[in-house]
Amino acid sequence: MRIAVSHTTSYRSDPPSRAIQALRLVPPGLRSQKVLAWELRVEGAEAGLRYTDAFGNQVALAASHGPVAEVIITAEGVVETQDTAGVLGFPAEAVVPAVCLRETPLTAPDAAIRAFAVSCRRETALATLHALLDGLHEAVAYQPGTTASSTTAASAFAARQGVCQDHAHIFIAAARTLGLPARYATGYLVTDQAQAPAHHAWAEALAPDIGWIGFDPANGQCPTERYIRLAVGLDALEAAPVRGVRLGGAAEWLDVRVAVQSQSQK
Amino acid sequence: MLKTQAYSTGNDTVCFDEMLRADFSARDCYRTLHEWLQRQTPGGIRAKQAEADAIFRRLGITFAVYGAAEANERLIPFDLIPRVISAAEWRFLERGIEQRVRALNAFLHDIYHRQEIVRAGRIPSEMVNGNSAFLPQMMGFDPPRGVYSHIIGTDIVRTAEDGFFVLEDNLRTPSGVSYMLENRETMMHLFPELFAAHRVAPVERYPELLRQTLQSVAPSGCDGEPTVAVLTPGIYNSAYFEHAFLADQMGVELVQGSDLVVEDGALWMRTIRGRARVDVLYRRIDDAFIDPLNFRPDSMLGVPGLFDLYRAGRVTLVNAPGTGIADDKAVYAYVPDIVEFYTGEKPILRNVQTFRCSIAEERGHVLENLEELVVKEVHGSGGYGMLIGPRSTRQQRAEFAERIRANPGNYIAQPTLALSTCPAFAGSGIGPRHVDLRPFVLVGDRVRVVPGGLTRVALKKGSLVVNSSQGGGTKDTWVLED
Amino acid sequence: MLGRTASNLCWMARYMERAENLARLAQVGHRVSITPDGMGGYREDWKATLASAGCLPAFEARGTKLAAAPAQNFLLFDRGHASSIRNCLEAARNNGRAVRTALTREMWEALNSTWIEFAAIDPAEVGPGRMVELLDWVRQRSGQFRGAMLGSLLRDEGFHFCQLGTFIERADNTARILDVKYNVLLPVNEALAGERNQHQWDTILRSVSAVGAYRYFYRDRLRPRQVAEFLMLRPEMPRSLRFCCDFIAPSLATLAGRTGGGADSLALGEALATDLRTADLDVILRQGLREFLQDFLHRNAAISLAVAADYHFD
Repeated sequence: MRIAVSHTTSYRSDPPSRAIQALRLVPPGLRSQKVLAWELRVEGAEAGLRYTDAFGNQVALAASHGPVAEVIITAEGVVETQDTAGVLGFPAEAVVPAVCLRETPLTAPDAAIRAFAVSCRRETALATLHALLDGLHEAVAYQPGTTASSTTAASAFAARQGVCQDHAHIFIAAARTLGLPARYATGYLVTDQAQAPAHHAWAEALAPDIGWIGFDPANGQCPTERYIRLAVGLDALEAAPVRGVRLGGAAEWLDVRVAVQSQSQK
Repeated sequence: MLKTQAYSTGNDTVCFDEMLRADFSARDCYRTLHEWLQRQTPGGIRAKQAEADAIFRRLGITFAVYGAAEANERLIPFDLIPRVISAAEWRFLERGIEQRVRALNAFLHDIYHRQEIVRAGRIPSEMVNGNSAFLPQMMGFDPPRGVYSHIIGTDIVRTAEDGFFVLEDNLRTPSGVSYMLENRETMMHLFPELFAAHRVAPVERYPELLRQTLQSVAPSGCDGEPTVAVLTPGIYNSAYFEHAFLADQMGVELVQGSDLVVEDGALWMRTIRGRARVDVLYRRIDDAFIDPLNFRPDSMLGVPGLFDLYRAGRVTLVNAPGTGIADDKAVYAYVPDIVEFYTGEKPILRNVQTFRCSIAEERGHVLENLEELVVKEVHGSGGYGMLIGPRSTRQQRAEFAERIRANPGNYIAQPTLALSTCPAFAGSGIGPRHVDLRPFVLVGDRVRVVPGGLTRVALKKGSLVVNSSQGGGTKDTWVLED
Repeated sequence: MLGRTASNLCWMARYMERAENLARLAQVGHRVSITPDGMGGYREDWKATLASAGCLPAFEARGTKLAAAPAQNFLLFDRGHASSIRNCLEAARNNGRAVRTALTREMWEALNSTWIEFAAIDPAEVGPGRMVELLDWVRQRSGQFRGAMLGSLLRDEGFHFCQLGTFIERADNTARILDVKYNVLLPVNEALAGERNQHQWDTILRSVSAVGAYRYFYRDRLRPRQVAEFLMLRPEMPRSLRFCCDFIAPSLATLAGRTGGGADSLALGEALATDLRTADLDVILRQGLREFLQDFLHRNAAISLAVAADYHFD
């Protein structure tokens, strides 16, 4: 599927303040996706510094010159995707899989998550991961507005509800307790429901010999050709498409526009 | 005359004394000092000691930034009698230290790349990848000249004529070098005649060598003379004096996070002439606090975007983030393997025997012999969370055993060491006191070990604790030239 | 030099100068409060003293009754407002501490020992008897600090930032004292009130330690016109507005020359110095003394802001 994305994020500050953000808004080439065209534009800040981080994400550092009232970030491009049943194999990246067994504050497991993980243990890693996917989709309801970006896996699991970030965090926490490397993935999803957000997050886990595989517990499926993967990290904070620091002033982030469209393919 | 007959090792006859042999004859490198000591009177030494204290108090009050009360607190006792190390001993130590810091830097490079040592099964993956001192963000990055830890303080203890052991490798932000420099200045002021009678290798070039080392690891894109700055957490940090001292001695700016800004893909400091580029930042702030955008988001000390600049090769951080994995107490036990793995040689300097409670057999040995061992927390420091077996009560041992069983990976144990003794001034005469040694190593375009270091001395008779918080002092350390 | 270092130096000197001026104001206030008013009581003018120190609003916000002891305590020891001697000495020392290596040992010792000794004082033990002595001591220590600075500090940028701090603060202080008492200096007063305002003029001069200097310079009794001229326009008087500006402008010129920047602050500083040099007292009195002083305070503050902006204080 050929998917066109136009994603605009704006940052407003009153009074104006210095803005600095690390942007992880460039999709990598993967087995499931080929980037045909992509452009990252930033108004109100200079974003010339680019590098590839340990997880293989392309990072742009946007820094304003002095105080600004607004920064507008636009990521735009076309990606050709294919359904690999979520399997990505071994993308080029510096981190070793064992790193993805590390706990982070957002993904620390509690007894309930451990017990859930144990209940999903199967013969093979792949079967276990699918059991986690199905179990989690069933156990935790998709309920926007009940959790925040700082909600931990343990508290979302206790509430049995949350959004895609919470589903992914619980999945990651559970997989790691079973010794299966797992991490957080961000990206875009083409949906049929117009009101559903096209911004999306899910998990990736490693199955020996197969490599990294995407798991989207919020939707109870592995990523298909309707997914574009942006960045990965140990949790939502590290993989965030835009991670900023507020330097004075009252600031707010506003996602003004995310448009994902599938294009007809010839 | 000083009561040299009082100089006996007393109860500690098992200890190696660095000045006198068992028959009370002086070891070669101490011969001149020993004769000189015998000519001194207690009153004369006391007068010099008072003069030295006055110099340090003045430094505390005036050069440093402390008030009188704070300066007195900070005043770490200084013992006048120098510790002497022969040229041959130093050559041995120097070779050993250099081998060790090269191996540890190679280890850091490896674990932040392919992790060959883990693949080879020489160190458990969990020990590295699960370690909180290991920073995944550093993976795949090549620091300038491949150097991770540029400034290292290696803690060495001695138990015999040729018994040198490394107690700890400090690869993060080791401190104490300012004491080494001040101690020497004070001694040259007080005892010029002793320096005339010995050929003491100079240490005062350290600030210049430090500057050269820092400049040698500037980012490859930097043209012209690289600009160096020292980053301090600020005046309330306990080592602020050292930060200010080193910046001043090197002739570079001492900056705080608020003086720095990331703009146009570079690091700048705000000066009265506008922004000025910084190429190399000697940061004396812990990893977690250097950049709120990449590490602890609540850090007020660091500079947002600093790590991104570093990864993009626009600025050099010294030491590199993530070097703490190489001086982790749990990894310490693996250092001999690390030296062999990367150099293909046997380690020149030995480790203190270390039992890892994470390994079942070793844990069993520890639990059975708690009375003879020192048990340390892997992530503890400064003598906290420690059990000193021979001085512990039955109840303390029982508590520690419980803690070890509950969380074995957090504990290691070592035998209690019979630290060597050196002469120290003790009121009416001189007596042997236990010492350790922290030489300072610089790694840049080459490895530079400054001949000398910081000798810490347990001033209380019989005490093995050299920490300044528990009655420890410092001494000038003389490395003799041939 | 870092912008922060320049800022620390400037504010270190400013706070030390302010501590000295506050000590002088408190001494004058004390003196007035023990002077009989000829009507069976004592003259009390703590309101003017606090207004001159720029902290009357802060005091009134406390709701404390205005009297000698609370006013003195407020000026000397209060921790809750920026302009107490205690807070000034601490701020001066902390600014110096942050840039210790930019100071000479003599300067640091003066700053540090003054703060340490002052901090050890128990306000409850300072009775009226010790008050004068303590305030004298503060002034001596400020003098010692300035002497150390003039005698030991390298004449590079750092010195000029110290100078700016000292003289911007001093000019502000003198202008404030005049502003609070401008009414007794108006020409109409001399004709109508005559000798009755003698003590007011005396108080103004004492507030800048200039009674003796006035007598020596004018060889005359106190006249409001001459008091105004002495404190505003005489280049010989070291606390006059003109004197201060004659130091501010050259330091700004030196800094601008050395750094290649500083155009805004230099323009403001030179304009103010020129205006004072060419000012005519008759014109000032005709156009309004109050307006002149208000304008001066604004322009002096504008220089301070321009220096901070030009030299990247933050």
